[in-house]
Amino acid sequence: MTVGFDWNLVSDVREILSFHFMLNAMRAGTIVAVVCGVVGYFMVLRRQSFAGHTMAVIGFPGAAGATWLGVNAGIGYFGCCVLAALVIAALPGGGRAAGSTGANSEESAVIGTLQGFALACGFLFVSLYQGYLSGLTALLFGSITGITDAQVLVLLVAGVFCLAVLAVIGRPLLFATVDAEVARARGVRVRLLSAGFLLLLALTVAGTSQVTGSLLVFALLVAPAATAMRLTARPGLGLAISVTVAVLVTWLGEGIAFFSPYQIGFWVTTLAFVGYLLAVAGRWLADRRLVRAPGTPLPAVPVR
Amino acid sequence: MTGANRQPVATPDRHAGVAPVVQLRDTAARIAGRLIWSQVSFTVRPAEFVAVLGPNGAGKSTLLKTILGLQPTAHGAVEVLGRPAGRHNAQIGYLPQRRAFDASTRIRGIDVVRLGWDGDRWGLPRPAFLQGSRDREAAERVAQVISLVGAEGYAHRPIGQCSGGEQQRLLIAQALVRRPSLLVLDEPLDSLDVTNQSSVSALIQQVCRAENVAVLLVAHDVNPILPYLDRVLYLAHGGAVIGSPEQVITAETLSMLYDTPIDVLRDRTGRLVVVGQPDSHAGHGHQP
Repeated sequence: MTVGFDWNLVSDVREILSFHFMLNAMRAGTIVAVVCGVVGYFMVLRRQSFAGHTMAVIGFPGAAGATWLGVNAGIGYFGCCVLAALVIAALPGGGRAAGSTGANSEESAVIGTLQGFALACGFLFVSLYQGYLSGLTALLFGSITGITDAQVLVLLVAGVFCLAVLAVIGRPLLFATVDAEVARARGVRVRLLSAGFLLLLALTVAGTSQVTGSLLVFALLVAPAATAMRLTARPGLGLAISVTVAVLVTWLGEGIAFFSPYQIGFWVTTLAFVGYLLAVAGRWLADRRLVRAPGTPLPAVPVR
Repeated sequence: MTGANRQPVATPDRHAGVAPVVQLRDTAARIAGRLIWSQVSFTVRPAEFVAVLGPNGAGKSTLLKTILGLQPTAHGAVEVLGRPAGRHNAQIGYLPQRRAFDASTRIRGIDVVRLGWDGDRWGLPRPAFLQGSRDREAAERVAQVISLVGAEGYAHRPIGQCSGGEQQRLLIAQALVRRPSLLVLDEPLDSLDVTNQSSVSALIQQVCRAENVAVLLVAHDVNPILPYLDRVLYLAHGGAVIGSPEQVITAETLSMLYDTPIDVLRDRTGRLVVVGQPDSHAGHGHQP
């Protein structure tokens, strides 16, 4: 069977979906993209990208260690990410939204140190496994070939769980994010919500890592949300754009990866980055027009 | 302009027989074992504008936290709307001391105001095409407070891109949106320039009358709010003095409270001006 791209996109899609592994890749990618679009939006708004990145990096030794021990890599991802979330939530800053006051610098130093250690551990586990190099690449940069039916099911359950919880805590979480002190005075359990959100973030990162690899989680988690935030300041519309961008980027990335010899992670990341650049440029142009439009020059007052 | 806005000072019997909004009886506060203030007794009546003044570290923010029930008292009782402090916080609009929203905060002012309405309720904000009568009621009230504070022009911009004065107006609208009986404002004028300090003060007084809400406002500098106040509460030397501006803002009282010579002058319009108060930043300087 030959695999080739032609400009008849319908037949291309049909060709892609005729392979079971691609069907699974598309299913997993779609689930992960929707959840990333939503959770990522809150993460960017809360300025917790650093925490999210840390979980992704800590997921890597988890998956590598699990593989070395002969356990399912997914268990390693989920276990380590959740553990990382609990540790961050227990830090003195409580993993609360950085808000307008900026991140706690000591907290970020602790987290940074942990990240380096985690990467080193992951590398060690890969060597102990005497793994071939492609195993390492898949863990770090993702692969579209290896997603099983069982994995898709796990991703679906985790994803539905994340979205369901967010549907319940969404509004108070937004309040605690934008205005923690007022929210607290109104009786919102700010600290509990922060910890809860970190756990959701951990589940999302662990799930996404299995598709995009540990290092490229951010293509789906940050870039679509950041793109949406450039385009609108409305929370509802922002969430919708974020999800749309994440899903489109994933589908396109997986499609291109299918026809090209390069990793899926590269394509998804590149597309997400291009989308972000376009949004930045668009926002810049719109703002410029906004400033120019009223265009009434200041009345000149003679100086006496 | 300020002379024209001046309101008659509340006479003590204007609210005789009306249940107080806030009542402290021989209250003391202690933080980490240190007595901050004690034997503080005062009442705030409905729709009264009271400023809380005093040197740094006198316990002004502690007083607000006590009234919100966030800080337990060491002695005495605090009643808010007839119940112990902390029970009626849904009827208190609180504006904490803060710096401005970061310029990159990409959320609209109107969303921030709306969070004041139902931000503490579980669930998700519903999109426009699914909204019911409750959402319409909320939207109407949000529009009403936004127009009350004069923020229609910028409520749909990202709040990070609004000026300090604009942000402060939006936050006052947020505090007001649930029709509170008491507004608690912690240094709302602190990061504003002189023009905005006086226009926001005028706005707070107007809100106080229009919405029939009592206001407790902590301030650093008495001058911008002085024309609009009903009473002032000075915290110093571990105690409190309360009274109308004419009673409390005198050279003798202030010099005693601040331990430093302070003059109280009257300008052409009869307005009081405090000179030499150590905490007042002469002119418009920023806080160190």
